[in-house]
Amino acid sequence: MTQLANEDLYQTVPESTRPLLEIRDLEVGFQTQHGLVPAVRGVSLTLHEGQTLAIVGESGSGKTTTAQAIINLLAGTGKVTAGEILFEGRDLTKLSAKEIQDVRGRLIGYVPQDPMSNLNPVWNIGYQVEEAIKANNVAQGKEARKRTIEVLQEAGLSDAADRLKQYPHQFSGGMRQRVLIGIGLSARPKLLIADEPTSALDVTVQRQILDHLATLTRDYGTSVLFITHDLGLAAERAEQLVVMYKGKIVESGPSKEILANPQHPYTQRLVAAAPSLASRRIQAKKNPQADAEKIYSEGSLDTGLIARASRRESAAPDRDLISVQGVTKVYRIRKGGFRSDELLAVNDVSFGVKKGTTTAIVGESGSGKSTVAKLILQLEGITSGKIEFDGQDVAGLKGAELLKFRRRVQPVFQDPYGSLDPQYNVGNTIAEPLLAHKVGTAKERQARVLELLDQVSLPSATRFRYPSELSGGQRQRIAVARALALKPDVLVLDEAVSALDVLVQGQILNLLTELQAELDLTYLFITHDLAVVRLVADNVCVMKKGQIVEAATTDEVFDNPRELYTQELLSAIPGGNFEFGR
Amino acid sequence: MLWYTGKRLLQMIPVFFGATFLIYFMVFSLPGDPIAALYGDRTPSPGVIAQIRAQYYLDQPLLVQYFHYMVGFLQGDLGTTYSGRPVADVMASAFPVTARLAMLALLFEAVAGILVGLIAGLRKGKFFDTSALVVSLLLISVPTFVIGFVMQFVFGVQLGWARTTVSGEAPLNELILPALVLASVSFAYIVRLTRASVSDNLNADFVRTATAKGLSRPRVVTVHVLRNSLVPVVTFLGVDLGSLMVGAIVTEGIFNINGVGGTVYKAIKLGEGPTVVSFIAVMVVIFVLANLLVDLLYAALDPRIRYAK
Amino acid sequence: MPSNSPIGQTHYVAALEDTPVAAVDRLDESQKARSTWADAWDSMRRRPAFWISSALILLIVVVALFPSLFTQVAPDTCDLGNSNDGPAAGHPLGFTRQGCDVYSRIVFGTQASVTVGLLATMLVTLFGVIIGALAGFYGGWIDAFVSRIGDIFFAVPTVLGAIVLMSVLPARTPVTIAVVLSIFAWPQIARIMRGAVLSARNSDYVTASIALGVSNFKILLRHVIPNSLAPVIVIATVSLGTFIVAEATLSFLGIGLGSDVMSWGNDIGQAQTSIRTNPQVLLYPAAALSVTVLSFLMLGDVLRDALDPAARARR
Repeated sequence: MTQLANEDLYQTVPESTRPLLEIRDLEVGFQTQHGLVPAVRGVSLTLHEGQTLAIVGESGSGKTTTAQAIINLLAGTGKVTAGEILFEGRDLTKLSAKEIQDVRGRLIGYVPQDPMSNLNPVWNIGYQVEEAIKANNVAQGKEARKRTIEVLQEAGLSDAADRLKQYPHQFSGGMRQRVLIGIGLSARPKLLIADEPTSALDVTVQRQILDHLATLTRDYGTSVLFITHDLGLAAERAEQLVVMYKGKIVESGPSKEILANPQHPYTQRLVAAAPSLASRRIQAKKNPQADAEKIYSEGSLDTGLIARASRRESAAPDRDLISVQGVTKVYRIRKGGFRSDELLAVNDVSFGVKKGTTTAIVGESGSGKSTVAKLILQLEGITSGKIEFDGQDVAGLKGAELLKFRRRVQPVFQDPYGSLDPQYNVGNTIAEPLLAHKVGTAKERQARVLELLDQVSLPSATRFRYPSELSGGQRQRIAVARALALKPDVLVLDEAVSALDVLVQGQILNLLTELQAELDLTYLFITHDLAVVRLVADNVCVMKKGQIVEAATTDEVFDNPRELYTQELLSAIPGGNFEFGR
Repeated sequence: MLWYTGKRLLQMIPVFFGATFLIYFMVFSLPGDPIAALYGDRTPSPGVIAQIRAQYYLDQPLLVQYFHYMVGFLQGDLGTTYSGRPVADVMASAFPVTARLAMLALLFEAVAGILVGLIAGLRKGKFFDTSALVVSLLLISVPTFVIGFVMQFVFGVQLGWARTTVSGEAPLNELILPALVLASVSFAYIVRLTRASVSDNLNADFVRTATAKGLSRPRVVTVHVLRNSLVPVVTFLGVDLGSLMVGAIVTEGIFNINGVGGTVYKAIKLGEGPTVVSFIAVMVVIFVLANLLVDLLYAALDPRIRYAK
Repeated sequence: MPSNSPIGQTHYVAALEDTPVAAVDRLDESQKARSTWADAWDSMRRRPAFWISSALILLIVVVALFPSLFTQVAPDTCDLGNSNDGPAAGHPLGFTRQGCDVYSRIVFGTQASVTVGLLATMLVTLFGVIIGALAGFYGGWIDAFVSRIGDIFFAVPTVLGAIVLMSVLPARTPVTIAVVLSIFAWPQIARIMRGAVLSARNSDYVTASIALGVSNFKILLRHVIPNSLAPVIVIATVSLGTFIVAEATLSFLGIGLGSDVMSWGNDIGQAQTSIRTNPQVLLYPAAALSVTVLSFLMLGDVLRDALDPAARARR
């Protein structure tokens, strides 16, 4: 055990294995109009010096609340109602405001989730780092400025000295996250709480930053408490796992053991649904046992997906349903006055999609993948090149011709909170395309709405609901139902499952695959998540900076990537190369 | 910043001409005889009428009239009062008085408004917050001139703490009461704005991160919460300058102050149209210029604006 | 160390009965369906301020429509012999300097203030919503043109502009005042509407509707405008109060309503001469005016909290 090596550090303390952090039966509640709502219920965990522990859970599981309770960062009405948080033997819940302020930053560092909102926009970067250094008495005066530069350099900003005077909005997301990590580690704390430190970043940036964080904490001997929704990432980065569900711990222990041998039904579901892990598991385990089948039935991935996809592939016709030929899109960005810049969003992109198949377009932010979707959907005009749908050039379609095209090609967008009009109930939302194309009588439309709700596995009463009452996954089902209303041939799914929790994501992917088989749909699947691609796509186009760098069948891309960039993307999938007991 | 300043200056030009033309257009293109309208019931002598017709080029098309007016305006000829005195002369003596009053009022509304708003925002839902909200609502719903009369009556007549009218030179101590009256409504708006902004910022992610850094509570509140809350308050001050000008007309009228507002007040009461129009045109120009200043201040406070192209 | 606590390297599994696993993402059918407006209504009706302000506004509107229901005394039969007298039987608030009944004048003065406030608000909202919606939705040169025009009108503070116009206008009725005030006040609503429309236009649900084949104009009417109205409703409610104050200020300056029109502003303006001897003559109409304005401000506050999701989250 690793902590045995640290035994001599605890000579003054009778218990030689006293942990760095020990949480006992923690209860946290939020005061609302309807009384105290519990968010964390009886959580206990232990973290030893030099160890890394990850709390994994979906949104609403209480993982962030647990982390914030440690240094009393709870928002507004949040309160620790019971339990102890022992840090080096001291109960942090009993400290005065002054005492906890002394713990924050100096003993326990904190790296928040969203790099965009966690730096104050009106102060420059140097000021915000220096402030932390001075407050924790690491250095003062001229020394503090010197230390600021060091901290930022250690966090991976090589030109730190020149960038001190710059403001957060002049930094990219990855750069800002590096600054936040620098701030969190600036006083060399004994414990670092990292709350989803990279979930807002591209996978390759995420990998770099996590690697860097791991190096730093190892060098300083810092313990890390990771908060994440990503089981793969947790398994890869932490020795210890704590799985939370609805405010409670359902399972905890060594990462490898939990992943290899999940005991609690919830953990089993989570492991089964994690795309990065599951994509390997599906191949490894061709014949799941009957009882396991039952457990995985909700949210886990249908093991038949891949088999069906390969069947389709062999049966696919020759002609492309969608054919994109040398398409380029240039945006003009006005820079005030009469000057303007040109942005080459899509650069000479060509690919074809056969009927009944799924083609995934994968890329990081700014790769131009979403622009391709917009061009195919005729939401934006192309600058040059040609897009053909069913043998017809779609550029410049107008009036009835355009309507006819729209009937056959329908979109589903990423943000399930933004793609439904909050003032329309579900029935009207699904009926809208029918109305717009003047399909059927009111009664027939009503019948079609019910049929569609059934197809996306929602009860018929859902039609009276408003989007604000539905969960993200339910909204995305509604968006799919709306897209299917006109019986289209093609669905363009723009990051359609990216914003969903992993179990819900699994459900929607299953639904999409079932619908594809049932209705002979063609999918264009736009995503940043390679792990998901493996499960649903027949063909993959990898995009970078507006260009397709690699295009091949899914198996080829995953098993034998030719381009360096594709290899980088693949190796950056968290948990993708995690070895666990088979 | 230089780029931003230049852009703002350029944008101001059409607004400057547009706003002055708007006023000119309103007065001189309405149906009926503008001279009769300006002079109300009192018909000036034929000589005066002829002089005015010549002065305003009333026989020429409207745009020509405006052109001549603007040329004069830019050369410092701001028009003449009813009695024939150049507006520029009256301005020279009246403006310092009003500037003093306005500065005092601005100081009061900004300092007290931000302070009260900050405390209310920090103690949301507590007694201080609720009282501040009620008081600010009351202040907004009572017209300035009523507040003026009441304060004049209570502090000037009944308690005898202040003079009911301000003497000619308008020394600062005599201006305190009028400045409080003038500031009252804006004070209330600033309290509400600061309060909302502070309570928003208190929940901001960067404030939580600042706390997690180990900063003391006073430092978090001043450096991160208050500093960021100033941005919307400054923007408001620009727009609010308009109501401050109207307030100055009313307040200077009530306290008989010989400032720009007082002059306009008397001219309105006496029905001296030309004086009113000339002065208000100047006030609008000042409003436009002051807003330019506020925009620059806004950019100084918010780097995202400063560096925006 | 308790045996069931997850400490150290031991593999801990919670008891199933403590942590039952619910179905993934099942729709909760026990709750009633509710639209955003129903939600807003729900949050409003819990607030006493909503009921107080609505009751007051209702009362004020009834007084404005049927003043004779509230007083038997004619407001314009004045007896100089009663000049500045205190309350008497049938005259609860006493007499003005001209010997008119204060209470009766307040009752009959309601109409002018309410007319100016309502009419100006309606005009400003109608104009501002149309202009703002067109500018925000169609963008391009329409937006540029309309926004520059708005900037120009915005550069003339409402009451200053009104002073100029009113001092050259021959007729000074509630309608002219309302029109004059709205000429200078529309850019505010137009700006707010434009911003709201811009954000609605860029939302995914609008993009989805375009891709579904819904026509531009229908999208504007069915999706964009309904989703942009909330901030406009709030500002319109508040500005109704400020228009009433503006009318009173103009009347106080002597260029508001003609002296023959009965209004609170005129009465307050006339009362300034007798403030030292008889302050209540000024205070009563001022109180009536302030209560009216306060009602609309309060309602605006309640509406803001109910309609603005950010404000709702803050509470």
